[in-house]
Amino acid sequence: MSDLQAQDFIRISATTLTPPTARNHEQEVAKLIDVSRCIGCKACQSACMEWNNLRPEVGHFEGSYDNPMDLEPSVWTLMRFAEWENEKGDLEWLIRKDGCMHCEDPGCLKACPAPGAIVQYANGIVDFISENCIGCGYCEKGCPFNIPRVSKVDHKSYKCTLCSDRVTVGLEPACVKACPTGAIMFGSKADMTEWAGERVDELKSRGFENAGLYDPPGVGGTHVMYVLQHADKPAIYAGLPEDPHISEFVGFWKGLIKPVALAGMAFTAAAAFLHWITVGPNTVDAEDDHHAEELIRSAKEKSA
Amino acid sequence: MTYPKGTIVRASALTRINHWLTAGCFVLLVLSGLAMFHPLLFWLSNLFGGGQWTRAVHPWIGCVLFVSYLGLIIQFWRDNLPGMGDVRWLAKINRVIVNDEEDVPEVSRFNAGQKLVFWGMAFLVPVLFFTGLTVWEVYFGAYTSIETQRVTLLIHSLCAIGAIILWMIHVYAAIWVSGSMRAMTQGYVTPGWAWRHHRLWLRRLVETNSRGPTPGANHDLGR
Amino acid sequence: MTNTWQDIKNANVVIVMGGNAAEAHPCGFKWVIEAKIENGAKLVVVDPRFTRTASVADLYAPIRPGTDIAFLSGLIRYLLEKDKIQHDYVRAFTNAGLIAKEEFGFQDGLFTGYNEETHSYDKSSWDYELDDQGFAKVDDTWQHPRCVINLLRKHVDRYTPEMVSRITGTPQDKFLQVCELLATTSEPDKALTSLFALGWTQHSIGAQNIRTMAMVQLLLGNIGVAGGGMNALRGHSNIQGLTDIGLLSNQMPGYMTLPSDKEATFNDYMKTRQFTPLRPGQISYWQNYRKFFVSFQKSIYGKAASAENNWAYDWLPKLDLPMYDIIRAFEMMNKGEINGYICQGFNPLQAFPDRGKIRRGLRKLKFLVTMDPLDTETSRFWEDFGPQNPSDAAAIQTEVFQLPTNCFAEENGSLVNSARWLQWHWKAAEPPGQARSDIWIMAGIFRRLKELYQKEGGAFSDALMNLSWNYADPASPDPEELAKEMNGRTLADITDPTTGAATLKAGQLLDSFAQLKDDGTTVSGCWIFTGCFTEKGNQMARRETTDPRDQGIAPGWAWAWPANRRILYNRASADLAGKAWNPKKPIIEWNGERWVGIDVPDMPPTAAPSAGVGPFIMNAEGLGRLFARATMAEGPFPEHYEPLESPAENVLHPKVRSNPAARVFADDRESFGAASDFPYVATTYRLTEHFHYWTKHALINAILQPEEFVEIGEELAKEKGIAQADWVKVSSKRGDVVCKAYVTKRIKPLMVDGKPTHVIGCPIHWGFTGQARKGYGANTLTPSVGDANTQTPEFKAFLVNVAKSNGPEV
Repeated sequence: MSDLQAQDFIRISATTLTPPTARNHEQEVAKLIDVSRCIGCKACQSACMEWNNLRPEVGHFEGSYDNPMDLEPSVWTLMRFAEWENEKGDLEWLIRKDGCMHCEDPGCLKACPAPGAIVQYANGIVDFISENCIGCGYCEKGCPFNIPRVSKVDHKSYKCTLCSDRVTVGLEPACVKACPTGAIMFGSKADMTEWAGERVDELKSRGFENAGLYDPPGVGGTHVMYVLQHADKPAIYAGLPEDPHISEFVGFWKGLIKPVALAGMAFTAAAAFLHWITVGPNTVDAEDDHHAEELIRSAKEKSA
Repeated sequence: MTYPKGTIVRASALTRINHWLTAGCFVLLVLSGLAMFHPLLFWLSNLFGGGQWTRAVHPWIGCVLFVSYLGLIIQFWRDNLPGMGDVRWLAKINRVIVNDEEDVPEVSRFNAGQKLVFWGMAFLVPVLFFTGLTVWEVYFGAYTSIETQRVTLLIHSLCAIGAIILWMIHVYAAIWVSGSMRAMTQGYVTPGWAWRHHRLWLRRLVETNSRGPTPGANHDLGR
Repeated sequence: MTNTWQDIKNANVVIVMGGNAAEAHPCGFKWVIEAKIENGAKLVVVDPRFTRTASVADLYAPIRPGTDIAFLSGLIRYLLEKDKIQHDYVRAFTNAGLIAKEEFGFQDGLFTGYNEETHSYDKSSWDYELDDQGFAKVDDTWQHPRCVINLLRKHVDRYTPEMVSRITGTPQDKFLQVCELLATTSEPDKALTSLFALGWTQHSIGAQNIRTMAMVQLLLGNIGVAGGGMNALRGHSNIQGLTDIGLLSNQMPGYMTLPSDKEATFNDYMKTRQFTPLRPGQISYWQNYRKFFVSFQKSIYGKAASAENNWAYDWLPKLDLPMYDIIRAFEMMNKGEINGYICQGFNPLQAFPDRGKIRRGLRKLKFLVTMDPLDTETSRFWEDFGPQNPSDAAAIQTEVFQLPTNCFAEENGSLVNSARWLQWHWKAAEPPGQARSDIWIMAGIFRRLKELYQKEGGAFSDALMNLSWNYADPASPDPEELAKEMNGRTLADITDPTTGAATLKAGQLLDSFAQLKDDGTTVSGCWIFTGCFTEKGNQMARRETTDPRDQGIAPGWAWAWPANRRILYNRASADLAGKAWNPKKPIIEWNGERWVGIDVPDMPPTAAPSAGVGPFIMNAEGLGRLFARATMAEGPFPEHYEPLESPAENVLHPKVRSNPAARVFADDRESFGAASDFPYVATTYRLTEHFHYWTKHALINAILQPEEFVEIGEELAKEKGIAQADWVKVSSKRGDVVCKAYVTKRIKPLMVDGKPTHVIGCPIHWGFTGQARKGYGANTLTPSVGDANTQTPEFKAFLVNVAKSNGPEV
């Protein structure tokens, strides 16, 4: 739950109204995750658990360093380890911090049916407001990155908040604070993009020809961005989507269908009403009764 | 159960209970479903005690409706089998609509319009049920992929809209055709009603000396 | 570390070999990343596994565990052959030109003087030829066949790239790529830093692993310079402090050594400690040994130590053996020769090799006292925890006293980090329950012992009864009092011998170990710490971040031993004229009158370069040693010896397979397995999610790495029918571990002498207490043998077998 003022919401789930727009000069923030500097130490995971007071269960070893194995209501960020052999046959161990990407055009928010359960602040952070969440899981369907997780205990959906509580008071997110190698940076989106450019140049100088910034336009860009050594193949980073965008199915469902459905129902009702006032009820008249009685009587006579 | 003298049984008590259980579920599903479908209608969730309750209760009602509708299918499928008469009836639908049924072919227990509603629902209800299961987060969320769920949710919504429209037609028809409502509340119709709307059905009852609702049942016609 | 963590950023090439810095030192590793980004540095990783460090490396080369000396000797050969050494540096600052004794030699894997019965050397031939004045002979032209550089050249000649690859399994092209990259730092203005840790120490040839790299660094001219050095990344918070304070069986504080029983008198003792210079004009700082020693004796015995009783020399224990290390201690425990054990801040059941032997030893004790903040496995060795610790408690007579101690955050004190910084820390919380500080417990034991002796008397109680104990609260000495005691103070007014003026008042805290006296007028508990707590206050508590050249040296942050010097041997950062080899990153330079710069000179500040004082002032010859003289157990040059358990023959000298100077107890030798039964090479290590056996007690760490596993290459897994996350049984001759398998691409079979050799990785973190899932502990598998010099156990290379399993048998 956020303690930000409602005036900071530039997008609100399940509303047909225009959110407040007066605050039009807030700087957009971004977290930049430089995968080429990440050593997979999980300090970010640890800091996330500490700051947000999350403690998933002690799990099992399940065949990789990914622990817990997946995002959960109490796991908001996760290192994902991928062993990848490059074209030269050399191994690369690609370690990516997974978590909410804070899309500029958030699929979760688009899919959410509960007014105000998902909001986007003027600084770009997408946040879940638990008191409004109804636990339907539509956000999971809306998300192109497979991030939100609905709790089976309290039926609320959870994900990284980008430490909106910390950012509000001028602090960096907990994971950024904890990262020992500076692989996670935080600042204005413009600064982060610029810094990413320098990092990409440096990586290119080290022979990573396809190094690049992952800020996918399909979702309007994201407020969590990656510097990738192989930006041409995001999928090798434990399945980072090539071209993430809100699914056409979700778009259709949350787009065209809504007005068409209401119109269809309204039309049916209107047609019925028109029929009622123009044609009116279809009532049985005396003639019908007479015919019916005739039929019954003749049958009785026949049988008698 | 007793019916007023000289009336014909249109729907047995079991049928009526079954129908109204289905109808009740359907109404609740429409209300709760629409609450989660369109922001303009989210206020409907208040009828269920808020969004969480709406989300929680909707699939359970769906289960009841699914079973209940199966009951209706068992009871009605035979009388809803289509025939050439239905085509002829539909060809005269413009006459039916203006309450002029003189030239319209005689109809048995259900006319083609009713059959369409019946088969429409018989198709939509299971589809809604099974697509609903896939997105029933608490119990079944893990069994299908998110990608599948996106498709099933879309199908669920489209089918729901179809069902709502069919249901609206069905409800209006019951209002429009006087006496129909009583047929499903108190279970009986007058012979005149049967003559006017389901003449073939009446003839069959008469032939079998049956008081309805199916030929052969209740051999006490005219009592 | 010779240098500092921050200084790593000045490196041009970083080699992580014998360690996994990103995994085990993630916070310090930021400086490697800094070097890469800000200095364009290249990172090289040589490791049996593709580690987290390798994941950010520019170049990775696999290596068979226990063959680092072969790799590095090959590197030395490459550097000499391609003439990629920093000539001026090597000529002036190392013993390359010194001439070794004629008797010295090396043949078939053995240096001269080997005694097969005692498995040790008579090292008298491992030295320089001396001239009439007692100075080592030198040939600066390097023409003499027995000058060190030529002997070295001859010694490493066998380590051709083919031979290196044959022994180590490292593909030749990878080996040569590493050589080529490292060789670039032979330029005077380029530096290579070597980051290592237990990956080098935990071998039967551990100390020689490190020496070989140190020789590489000397040849490349990288010792003493910014971004260079030999940087041991310490594995425990304050393990550096432990060695500084001399908490080893043969040590005293400040790297002084305990006497042996052959050194019956103080004079005998001093003969071998107080080195005289081996080259003209050298400092040979250990000349001051007597001052450090007397000041130490005065600090522990006070007035009871005097010139008359030779500063209480007789009260010091005299070793009948080189050392009473832990491997020996458990050997003695097993033989019933040790039957009481005070185990302070240590968990040997998890931490020491051959867990079965440790457990058997503990069972034979009469009493065991554990002092630990955590409920350690050692404290609970007697309790049945199922397959991970089966035990019949009724059959064990050991009485166990578990004394809960507070942890570091619950008391004031100082920790010494890898960079030798003494950093003061402040109490952050009250200890829980009945936990007490180690100091309180130790003081209590001391006072009770003293009372008992007073009441009952006893044989040779002088050493204990005369201990000085001048603390405000004798039951609980304050950490500041102890720190001041370590620092040292004057006992009388000290006067300048030339002017006669009083320079220091009696009772004053000392600023520097240069002020220490051997006449009993000064005390210092640990001479290298002198200066840490002066009249100006607690220097360890300083937090000034100013870094004058932005070169990673902030002299006002905490305090570094010795003398707040941040980079050891920093004289070597400047050329013969006193100008920095790398003008962009000078440390100290000669300004015509004195040495000035951003660090405290490791040299008398007014000793002109022309005086020819060598930069390695602790050595008698003042030079960096390519030839180690008699300081090492197994030879003055490093030589490749196979681990005690190895799948391969020693192709260099089949008759001398393993370290000939290794100390192996008879029953331990029995417990070594053969490659026929245990065909795979195993190695143990830490994961970043855990700190040894501590953090499994912390829920978050338990969540991040919950369960014991081993890492197995895909090829071996396929061969053995092991699928991802299957249960497997890993066995050595000493025991079995049943855990999960991590089938990975990160371990590939290595071609060793034409045969594919598989490596199995065993992380060490799981035991049977704490919040993580129960595990058997990797030390169930490891052999009980140590490095011949230090007795650090060989955890990094041993033999196992592996098979699919159905899980732990309950």
